[in-house]
Amino acid sequence: MNPEKVLFGFFIVLALTLNFGFFVGELDNPEHHHVYELFAVIVVNLVATVLKFGDRTQMGAVLLATSLVAMLQLFAAALVWTVVEHITGTGMTPAATASVVSLSGGAMLANVISVVLLIIETVMLRR
Amino acid sequence: MDNIIFLIFRRMRAPLLALILVYSIAILGMVLIPGRDADGNVWHMDFFHAFYFVSFMASTIGFGEIPHAFTAAQRLWVSFSIFFTVVVWLYSIGTVLALLKDETFQRALTERRFARKIRHLREAFYLVCGYGQTGEALVRSLTERNQHAVVIDILDERVNILQLENLREYVPGLCGDARLPAHLLEAGLNHPLCEGVVALTNSNEANLKIAITAKLLHPEIEVICRADSHDIEANMASFGTDHIIDPFDTFALHLATAIQAPCLSLLQDWLSLGHSNLLKDPVYPPSKGLWVICGFGRFGKAVYEKLRREGLEVVVVEANPDTTGIPSTAFVLGRGTEAETLSQANIERAVGLVAGTDNDANNLSIIMTARELNPDLFVILRQNRKDNDPVIEAVGADMVMLPSQIIANQIRVLLGAPLQHQFVKLVLHQEDEWACELISRISALVNHHAPEVWEVAFTEQDSHAVCAHVKSGKSLTLAQLMTDPRDRQRELPCIPLMLLRHNERTLLPDPGISVQKDDHLLFCGSHQGRDRMEWTLQNENALSYILTGETRPEGWIWRQFSKKGTR
Repeated sequence: MNPEKVLFGFFIVLALTLNFGFFVGELDNPEHHHVYELFAVIVVNLVATVLKFGDRTQMGAVLLATSLVAMLQLFAAALVWTVVEHITGTGMTPAATASVVSLSGGAMLANVISVVLLIIETVMLRR
Repeated sequence: MDNIIFLIFRRMRAPLLALILVYSIAILGMVLIPGRDADGNVWHMDFFHAFYFVSFMASTIGFGEIPHAFTAAQRLWVSFSIFFTVVVWLYSIGTVLALLKDETFQRALTERRFARKIRHLREAFYLVCGYGQTGEALVRSLTERNQHAVVIDILDERVNILQLENLREYVPGLCGDARLPAHLLEAGLNHPLCEGVVALTNSNEANLKIAITAKLLHPEIEVICRADSHDIEANMASFGTDHIIDPFDTFALHLATAIQAPCLSLLQDWLSLGHSNLLKDPVYPPSKGLWVICGFGRFGKAVYEKLRREGLEVVVVEANPDTTGIPSTAFVLGRGTEAETLSQANIERAVGLVAGTDNDANNLSIIMTARELNPDLFVILRQNRKDNDPVIEAVGADMVMLPSQIIANQIRVLLGAPLQHQFVKLVLHQEDEWACELISRISALVNHHAPEVWEVAFTEQDSHAVCAHVKSGKSLTLAQLMTDPRDRQRELPCIPLMLLRHNERTLLPDPGISVQKDDHLLFCGSHQGRDRMEWTLQNENALSYILTGETRPEGWIWRQFSKKGTR
């Protein structure tokens, strides 16, 4: 057992599960989507991204790309949240909630791809 | 090279992870701990403000407690987190910055930048391997002729010198081992505009490796090599190296020419000087009598062979006969720096002395000692280091052999003036009287400064006016071409040296000959002469003035007027 692989797999899967946890619920209902969850998703995704740095394989490159996509989506979601909460002052209206959640949904798709790639790689290793 | 970038990324993982971890803990704490606003109501800091606060806390900027003054619980958390966030911030940012400044990483970046520059070169260039004395002289003279070069050298300092050098063209330089094919490829060996590779490193093996790499990876290009030993020369010739330059053999040949035909060797000298230099006086090495050669190394041997072939009596002085070998004729053991050894070699009745050891101080000492014993000696000095120029000049030897200068000169002519190279080769078959006559004609044209040698190609691009004239069926003689475009009564100060027409070479073509399209001519003369001839070649009005003696109206309006006048 390679402890590096355990940590790697752990963070990639955790990024997906947390992302899913934030995503489920009614799209435009702010009650169903908690800000702490979004925070956790962002932190775990950041860690997952950094863990993918410096992998020379083709698989590593694609994994890094999916993570970067997820980060981009999540940062956009956090930015939308910050803007409606503090800058325009409208608060989490159904429209704002919907856009934040759909952005995190996009990130989730990227995370799904990450996990699928991870599974493929594991299956191909056969060790 | 890419490995290094990946490695750097890998090493950035730990500091970045630490940063993320510590920041998120600090932010989370700030969000969870309740605070009180100005009115005493409980409020929770939101993520946005927590991130903002932690960012300026960790970087020790510290704007204060915002948006409301903190409660004791919050202050407790902040005082803990200040310590770990600041430490982690310094550690992470410091490590990342150190990695970016890492020498291998910087090198990888420089190499990448260099490779990009080479890829974007849009003009033909030569790849010069080794930027020592020879390389420096060669690159300078190439750029002075508006030719381009790319330099590789193994030492960083020499590449830095290249950047400081005030050259007319931009010359990219790479610090790297030219023996590695990867570096040669990076420097543009495979580039379609790479015209040739010049291997000038001071190691024979390196030059050999460069030559063979170049011949295998880009067989069409010219490969020019410096070589100091006959083995290596034969090896290089075996796989088709185009030109192999041995400075010692070259000089020995030059010496032999000077003994047999002083005018011929003077002619060669003058033509290869470059017009900014002063003319050299002719040298007359004695062709009868005893020669003493001090030092039987590569140089000594080359000179020895040539002098023997001229039928001269030669005595060799050498301190280490075990490593150099012993000549079949007279031989004296010693360095030649002492009067005793020189006397044993009969310096008193000698006519010539060759100070040919590989140590400049010894060579100078040999000359000083020998001159005391015999002041009328003809002295040949081997100069090993260019920076000894002032002392070498002071000793006033009749001939000085500086290998780097000889190689640079030869390659410059080879690359920059192929016609001149052919001319010099052809001239060797001429009589000395022929050369003497040419020398006196040249010296009448130029005073004190060496003549300028230039090629004229009768092509649409290089001589537009003449081509148009010849195309329209009219003839133009060489004599007309050599008329001053400012005053047609006068001749330009130049001599046609050689005509190349359909691969046929004519030495000193007759002025009455008519030029044809695609002819190539080699001229020598003064710098002014060249400038004015250029005018005739490209300017139709100047040409028509030479042919008819009339100044044609230049503008359209004046042409209309002059038509009316003649009608």
